[in-house]
Amino acid sequence: MTLTASSIGRKVAMALSGIFLVLFLTQHFSINMLSVFSESMFNQVSHFMGNNPIVQFVLQPILIFGVLFHFIMGIVLELKNSKSRTVKYANYKGNANASWMSRNMIYSGIVILSFLVLHFYDFWVPEMNYKYVEVLPLNPDRYFEELVHKFENPVRVGIYALSFVFLCLHLLHGFASSFQSVGINNKYSKVIKSFTTAFAVVVPLGFVFIALFHHLTAF
Amino acid sequence: MAKLDSNIPKGPVADKWTNHKGKINLVSPANKRLIDVIVVGTGLAGASASATLAELGYNVKTFCFQDSPRRAHSIAAQGGINAAKNYQGDGDSTYRLFYDTIKGGDYRSREANVHRLAEVSTNIIDQCVAQGVPFARDYGGLLDNRSFGGVLVSRTFYAKGQTGQQLLLGAYSAMNRQIGRGKIKMYNRHEMMDIVLVDGKARGIITRNLVDGKIERHGAHAVVIASGGYGNVFFLSTNAMGSNVSASWKIHKKGAYFANPCFTQIHPTCIPVSGEHQSKLTLMSESLRNDGRIWVPKKLEDAKAIREGKLKPTALAEEDRDYYLERRYPAFGNLVPRDVASRAAKERCDAGFGVNKTGEAVYLDFASSITRYGKEQAHVKGLDENNAALVKKLGQDVVRSKYGNLFQMYEKIVDQNPYEMPMMIYPAVHYTMGGVWVDYNLMTTIPGCYAIGEANFSDHGANRLGASALMQGLADGYFVLPYTIGDYLADDIRTGSIDTQLPEFEKAEAAVKAQIEGFLSNKGKNSVDYYHRKLGKIMWDKCGMSRNEKDLKEAIKEIQELREDFYKNVNVPGKADEFNEQLAKAGRVADFLELGELFAKDALERTESCGGHFREESQTPEGEALRDDENFTFVSAWEYKGAPAKAKLHKEELNYQEIEVKTRSYK
Amino acid sequence: MNLTLKVWRQANPQAKGKMETYNIKEVSPDMSFLEMMDVLNEQLMAQEIDPIAFDHDCREGICGMCSMFINGEAHGPDRLVTTCQLHMRKFKDGDTITIEPFRAKAFPVIKDLTVDRSSFDRVQQAGGFVSVNTSGNTQDANAIPIDKHDADKAFDAATCIGCGACVATCKNASAMLFVSAKVSQYALLPQGKVEATDRVLNMVKQMDEEGFGNCTNTGACEVECPKGISLENIARMNREYLSASLKG
Repeated sequence: MTLTASSIGRKVAMALSGIFLVLFLTQHFSINMLSVFSESMFNQVSHFMGNNPIVQFVLQPILIFGVLFHFIMGIVLELKNSKSRTVKYANYKGNANASWMSRNMIYSGIVILSFLVLHFYDFWVPEMNYKYVEVLPLNPDRYFEELVHKFENPVRVGIYALSFVFLCLHLLHGFASSFQSVGINNKYSKVIKSFTTAFAVVVPLGFVFIALFHHLTAF
Repeated sequence: MAKLDSNIPKGPVADKWTNHKGKINLVSPANKRLIDVIVVGTGLAGASASATLAELGYNVKTFCFQDSPRRAHSIAAQGGINAAKNYQGDGDSTYRLFYDTIKGGDYRSREANVHRLAEVSTNIIDQCVAQGVPFARDYGGLLDNRSFGGVLVSRTFYAKGQTGQQLLLGAYSAMNRQIGRGKIKMYNRHEMMDIVLVDGKARGIITRNLVDGKIERHGAHAVVIASGGYGNVFFLSTNAMGSNVSASWKIHKKGAYFANPCFTQIHPTCIPVSGEHQSKLTLMSESLRNDGRIWVPKKLEDAKAIREGKLKPTALAEEDRDYYLERRYPAFGNLVPRDVASRAAKERCDAGFGVNKTGEAVYLDFASSITRYGKEQAHVKGLDENNAALVKKLGQDVVRSKYGNLFQMYEKIVDQNPYEMPMMIYPAVHYTMGGVWVDYNLMTTIPGCYAIGEANFSDHGANRLGASALMQGLADGYFVLPYTIGDYLADDIRTGSIDTQLPEFEKAEAAVKAQIEGFLSNKGKNSVDYYHRKLGKIMWDKCGMSRNEKDLKEAIKEIQELREDFYKNVNVPGKADEFNEQLAKAGRVADFLELGELFAKDALERTESCGGHFREESQTPEGEALRDDENFTFVSAWEYKGAPAKAKLHKEELNYQEIEVKTRSYK
Repeated sequence: MNLTLKVWRQANPQAKGKMETYNIKEVSPDMSFLEMMDVLNEQLMAQEIDPIAFDHDCREGICGMCSMFINGEAHGPDRLVTTCQLHMRKFKDGDTITIEPFRAKAFPVIKDLTVDRSSFDRVQQAGGFVSVNTSGNTQDANAIPIDKHDADKAFDAATCIGCGACVATCKNASAMLFVSAKVSQYALLPQGKVEATDRVLNMVKQMDEEGFGNCTNTGACEVECPKGISLENIARMNREYLSASLKG
């Protein structure tokens, strides 16, 4: 099956890439959470992730592909969908029958995308520069300091917090929706809904907490 | 001049159909490809006939005025479809279905046709299940049945209260398969404006494309009319807004006899009229009478108090209620046939016992069923059978699972909860047993022109039993017409395609255009609906549930005057070459205005009471209908002679070989 | 009740339409929405204004022909009803009501509030059937018992009236609920399973070709569906489609 050839194929592709990104998010979240409990453990794991060839040269490209795919497909779908109704309604009461989150995935997505640009600028670009451009000496203990350093600026913390609110909104619809897209809607759907809702709230809040924690404890 | 030959095959009734099928002419598969058939209408009969004819190999052109064939009004049939399957083992058989239908029709239907209907009924169920129609099933996975009025067995197959919808979608899917294969060419939003005869044979139709107003010619070797009944002559009926008599009426005017126009079914359980603005009436399925009990207050003062809103029906004690059907007809009780139930309701309301503001409503009460089912459920679940609240809840759940959609529909319209308050119902025009006269092959008196489903007259006599309309529509379309039509078409294999440039087409088209031009240039002062409402009122008041000579004579005169006024003063806005609903309606109402008169004339002529036709002059001392078998055991087939008043009566004598004609009793 | 109506007027498919405002007086709360429209049309004709074209037929919520987008919602503010079953008691004296046609690229406007939904027919023609001849020579109806739960679910899916409210209401004008209802009905019944693979592939292909949008699981269709067709059907179609794609 060519994933992009049919509407359902595209929908499944969106769902699968979404679920993949959720998995990545979980992993990222777990590692970041370590920074709250133990500086050394955080450094250790970060060093492993940053230097393990499988992570770096297999998983990282897949991740980048996944991110790009999810965004590009999302935008393509949005464009296609906007063409399926050429004359718009004068009065359209979207909130009468669907949640704000489900109707505005493109906007929450764009906020997250902008955030990712900032995030790359903050962490990923310096990291790549450190390792592959300037090829600075290995330093397994630098990660925690770099992290804390970034959260000194209250404006940045504010932007991070706001972005995670949008991530929360995006996940509130997207995570549960991906199960529907791959065809799972049965007696377990209630459990799935509760779990995904909890995840959508807890994980972004956790990220905000980490940022705030380091901001407040840095002084 | 066409002669009235019903072409009933010889031999014992039970063998007629088998013998006939074995003897009629067939068209070879290779030749079927050379033959075009037009089908007008896509209800159960039209859709099933189109699909089957296309499967057999004919080139089919099908027309409907709606935006899709799936919208035809068969879709609204609720209760079910009869078939002599005897799955319940309650003594049902082909013969019993045959007998019940003849008796239900008050001995005014054609025996041979009815027997054929009963024979093929079982095939319909097999066919529909194979098509994926989701009939109701029991926990063992087998098909479930329920009981309908006028019979003592459970032979009705159903899909909740949406049986017609499911069957129609089944036929529609069969059609879709053929449309996809290119064997049916479907014309949506097309109205048949006239039939074209060449050398006395049906050779095509003139249509109007309702979207752009284009007048089109379509040629074919045979024309099948499956356009339903004419209940909308009453303006208020349970028919769809667009249901009309025009196709049948056009062929009538070109030579097809119109049979028993006065045989109309007034359905006992409809939602009462609420006001002047009313545009149509909504049926509540007859299946409700399985569990609902019909009553009015026993005392006039209670009825008055209820009408004034001072008394709630639930507050009325059991002994102050008159369950009049159970009282008058103990054997069948609430499940008497429709005509009987309707007249009984009218009788009570006329006597002043009506229960709504207008005094034209009776109660249909589920309270005792809710209690009965609730207790049953409590027992099954091992719960307390004496806990009234629990029993009520459990009972309501059972009723909801059986009739949920009907109850919801009622609540939406009336704004009252039928689980708590008894429903209010009143009879309304529902179905027309009369229709285009056809012979055993379903051919009209125009060679090559057929009429199937509600559009013809043959199977239901003077009264149709519940759940038999769906059966007849599908029987005609799937299993009868596709074979009998071959008998005629066998002579047409060398005809070649029909030339629509023939002068006959030209002339028919010119007449259609002239009528349209006439309407549009009239610039009168009254809308089309104004006339339709007026006609409806005359029909309901004077040709409704009970009829008498004086009223009928008045009706004829009033309709004539109304028709004259219509042509003088009707206002049809807009243009001919556009989407113009008023114009389409004007054509339909013009035909109703003629049919209405023939209807009254037929009712006047038939001085007996039978089935849905009740003449006040002909009743027993207890007020039951009194048939006159000696003088009226015939089908009235009317020949058009330039005006409804000039119509000529032909009689098809009804001979009962198999069944002894008796007084119908449901007591 | 007195009401202000803002109605979409468009003379023909090519014309550029616009909203027009009309006032209507003495509307009874017991009227259905379409009866109110009848009264309005009588009033317009008396003023020599072209009456408003709208689709309607059975007026009891089953034919699926009526199709108005009322105050921003398909079939108006009430739930589980079609426009013909919507009653004026749902509105208040002095209300302004906007009335638009069902809008989608696949439902082009014919005139005013009337749209062309033949795209739905074409999707059905692509595979919405069981390929069995109507000869009547099939096996006995009770030859294959069907699990009551499956039969009930198939029935629930089959109650779709094809009105197009799902498309009209979906922000993407997706027809997934409509198509999935048909796919589900047959997928749940043994009679339909035989050609389930081809059916779902062909119907989805046709659906895409008609120009309907993509489903983003907002669930609006289920809420606005007059027959309450469940989103479960869409999930089932996704499953069917995935397995059919892997097979085929």
